[in-house]
Amino acid sequence: MLRPRTDSGLPMIRDVGLTGLLVSFADRLGEPANRAALAFRAAVDAEGWDGVQETATSLTSVFLRFDPLMLDHDALRARLDALLAQADWRAASLPRGRRLWRIPAVLGGTCGPQFAEAAKAAGLDVDQALKQVAGARVRVLSIGFAPGQPYMGELPEAWDIPRMQALNPQVPEGALVVAIRQLIIFARPAPTGWRHIGQTAFRCFRPEAAQPFALRAGDEVTFRPITPDELDEIAARDTSGDGGAVAEVLT
Amino acid sequence: MSRALHIHRAGPGMSVQDQGRPGWLDQGLSQGGAADPLALAEGAALLGQNPGCAAIEMAGSGGIFEATGADLRIALSGAPMQASIEGEPVAWNASHMLHTGQRLSIGGARRGNYGYLHLGGGVATPPLLGSRSSHLAAGLGRLLAAGDEVPVGEDAGGTGTGMTLDVADRFSGGTVRIVPSVQTDRFARKDLERFEATAFQRDPRSNRMGIRLAFQGAPFAARDQLNVLSEVIVPGDIQVTGAGLPFVLLGECQTTGGYPRIATVVPADMPTVAQAAVGATVRFSFVSREQALAQHRVAMAALRALPTALRPLVRDPRDMRDLLSYQLIDGVISGREEQE
Repeated sequence: MLRPRTDSGLPMIRDVGLTGLLVSFADRLGEPANRAALAFRAAVDAEGWDGVQETATSLTSVFLRFDPLMLDHDALRARLDALLAQADWRAASLPRGRRLWRIPAVLGGTCGPQFAEAAKAAGLDVDQALKQVAGARVRVLSIGFAPGQPYMGELPEAWDIPRMQALNPQVPEGALVVAIRQLIIFARPAPTGWRHIGQTAFRCFRPEAAQPFALRAGDEVTFRPITPDELDEIAARDTSGDGGAVAEVLT
Repeated sequence: MSRALHIHRAGPGMSVQDQGRPGWLDQGLSQGGAADPLALAEGAALLGQNPGCAAIEMAGSGGIFEATGADLRIALSGAPMQASIEGEPVAWNASHMLHTGQRLSIGGARRGNYGYLHLGGGVATPPLLGSRSSHLAAGLGRLLAAGDEVPVGEDAGGTGTGMTLDVADRFSGGTVRIVPSVQTDRFARKDLERFEATAFQRDPRSNRMGIRLAFQGAPFAARDQLNVLSEVIVPGDIQVTGAGLPFVLLGECQTTGGYPRIATVVPADMPTVAQAAVGATVRFSFVSREQALAQHRVAMAALRALPTALRPLVRDPRDMRDLLSYQLIDGVISGREEQE
């Protein structure tokens, strides 16, 4: 077996129906596995194998959609095994062209009605929690669920709080939500089990724009606390969808 | 006046659909597109045009339409619905001429869920991200409504009108083939056997994102199911929620999900799942990858062969009020010869 295996059998290749394969580097979130997924996907794309129709990353895996009549399952698995063996993917460098985004956000209050509850679940008082969220520099680990929607992490250990049992019936576009050491900015109004702790005017998905998807996996994000009035002002004059955010190139 | 279809009345779930937007999974945008992709291909074959043409998808019931600005070739496919032109019943799975000013009425589905109204030249709304499909979950496009004027592309004439396709019934449920998926091994063997032995019905709370399956019996539970990391999901995956209820994901599903997947429906059987109406029974049966691939090969070949499976629509001369439109069948036959 070429594949470097750990005791847990990772990385692991599994079928996703008849036309997909999933290469997983971990079964729980961790920075090295996320790094591995981003780098391995880039490597698969660079191979340009005929029959591979699409690739994507999730938090810790790479997904390949392929035409099984053109590219045999076993042949594709063998190629993936060989590619896995070529590098220590968990130590790979992050993608190039990454950016640092500073996104204005109202934290708590009516714009983040579950902030206090989330802070409590994290074992923090509201001031400590505000400092931690405002001070956090998180990375876009994956884009998914809805168009352009970022999963960002990881927050400090204290924020390893579960999703709620009962769903929020609906949070608005631009809502900042938290669970399991991650933040999400909602791309679309949606119900969610994550706690709604803030609001941005950032539009993750801009279908009419030249760049419809604002964020990329690997980008880093900080949140600049603003007041509800400032958010209204930003939203009123924003035409780009950036919602007052500024981006600087990191690499 | 430009070629268009005016909508006088619209059913509740009517939208423009084509083959959707493949290739944006990494950006969180699912492919979407026609809920019954086979019906989309059948309509294109009936009109002798590119299967990439956009059509009008009608969920559950149709509406009242009028050709404006030009005579329009139309075709009807998918879930069979009552259809008539100026009060004269017209055949489903067939192509017809809708003259300028004529009204086409399409009623409720007799079987199945999704019927399709295809137009010669295709729906010509402006594409967005490479497709004309409405993707409501992503906020792309919208439902069609009374008063809409749907632009129609230039029609090369294709196969004329008056053609039909013999279509196997995929509108009444049946046995659907599945293959193992990412978390199948988290389900107990006896639960997998029970899953195959269970008769499921489409729950009314279903939509283009997914079909909720109603059934009698205990919920289906996966081992350690609260610890499934959010992972890529694809149409056909059967997710089992925290309450143990299975959902079959359709084209407009989200791109990641945290519920365990008990199995994945093979691509060729997705139309049967999408078209199973409330009350129709669906059963699932595991097949090996080899069997699934063999069936996939057959289904893909049949899809490619659709344009050669057309035959002229035989009409009873006593039903023919308009002999002029009947003459078009001549054009149809020569159209086929050109293709071969």
